Amino acid sequence: MGLLDRVLSVARRRSPWICRLNAGSCNGCDIEVTPIFSPRYDAEQLGIQVHGTPKHCDILVVSGTLTERSRQAVLSMWEQMPSPKAVVGLGSCPASGNVFAESPLVLGASLDTVIPVDVWVTGCPPRPHQILEGIARAAELLGAGATQDQIAARAVTAAAGLERRAS
Amino acid sequence: MTPVLAYAVAFLVWPGLLLAAPLAWLELWLMRKTVARLQGRVGPPFFQPFFDFMKLMGKRAVIPEGVDRVAFVVLPMLALAATAAALVLMPMPGNPAPRLPGDVMVLIFLLEVPVIAEVVAGYVGRSVYGEVGAMREALMSLAYNLPFLASIVAMAEAAGSFDLGAIAALPFGLVHVVAGIAFLMALPARLKLNPFSIANAESEIVASGLIEYSGPLLGIFELAHALEVVVLTELFVALFVPVPAGITAALAVYVGVGLALLLGLSFLSAVTARLRLPQAFRFYWIWGGAASVAALAAGLVP
Repeated sequence: MGLLDRVLSVARRRSPWICRLNAGSCNGCDIEVTPIFSPRYDAEQLGIQVHGTPKHCDILVVSGTLTERSRQAVLSMWEQMPSPKAVVGLGSCPASGNVFAESPLVLGASLDTVIPVDVWVTGCPPRPHQILEGIARAAELLGAGATQDQIAARAVTAAAGLERRAS
Repeated sequence: MTPVLAYAVAFLVWPGLLLAAPLAWLELWLMRKTVARLQGRVGPPFFQPFFDFMKLMGKRAVIPEGVDRVAFVVLPMLALAATAAALVLMPMPGNPAPRLPGDVMVLIFLLEVPVIAEVVAGYVGRSVYGEVGAMREALMSLAYNLPFLASIVAMAEAAGSFDLGAIAALPFGLVHVVAGIAFLMALPARLKLNPFSIANAESEIVASGLIEYSGPLLGIFELAHALEVVVLTELFVALFVPVPAGITAALAVYVGVGLALLLGLSFLSAVTARLRLPQAFRFYWIWGGAASVAALAAGLVP
């Protein structure tokens, strides 16, 4: 690994910018995200910044039960994020549907059937320090090149290389 | 050294990109750290602005469908190049570039380029939010440029010349104080800090005109903005602060006054809330206008 790669790896780990998406949440998890920027938790120490647009961000934080209507929005947000990127599923809802599971308008599937999820932070709602830990872990994955997105990109590159060698 | 080589060294090394970028990151860190400390937080680590920049450079750029790709890619480069060229004109100790006659006019033009680039970028991106940000940016530049330009013109008037060297050689007097105050009034709006962070109001319009930018293109814009901070603080020192003759002492004054200025600006941005566009506009055209008239009058006093 060259010097530039090493610097890049540290920079990715130390500068996770997050973008929040409420995919049908009761707002409980979203309210628990706000305190991580307060003096008590101070996410800026870890280099975390919250941005409103997915284009500026590295980590998508999705909260809430997926619904028929929010599925497209989740996919669109994820596609708009520039690689390398990570996804954090916030709360129990994106994983299982939680108490809303089997409601008529709820998509009866977990978030990773729509987009690849790297870290689950379960809880209803999770506490702010758990959310911080989840984001920090996603940032570590980004730095190590081990997010689902980075692994998939490497697989595509490797496949293209094999194809070139075969032809 | 031939002039071309001297300009190239000044553009790329000192006082240009290579050495101004670390200074810019130091200043950005200081501003973020000050705001954090005032809010009772620990704040970002020392290398945070560097990490942010490196990370952005290592990402892929997403160019939205339907935008003018050439303009979209060229605008950040233009902003960065203009800011680095403005650094070349700074009368910093050890600046190898030969002095241009009338360099203040060139400087004023170069300082406007990143602002215009950001306004155009907001419209090129085709996002409604970006367009609102660009519109706010354009209107704010009409507001803060009144005291900003008047303070520089007042200094040129007092020196009788549009050369930065002649202005810097002016003996310290009333015009330095009055025009300096007008310049300081414009500074928070130029740097888009509270209470004038109207163009990049993230809680109102998601982001600034750069909303559609991502990856390296966003990183270059951010670097240009960071260098703008350096240019403006250096310009304040060059215009209004008497600089000692020795190289070390002069450097210490440039950096020290610049950091002190940013401490003050960070304090202001931490203790104020965002104004609305008409409020900011009124402030700049009434109080900024009064300061401009005072500065121009002080420039006439022999």
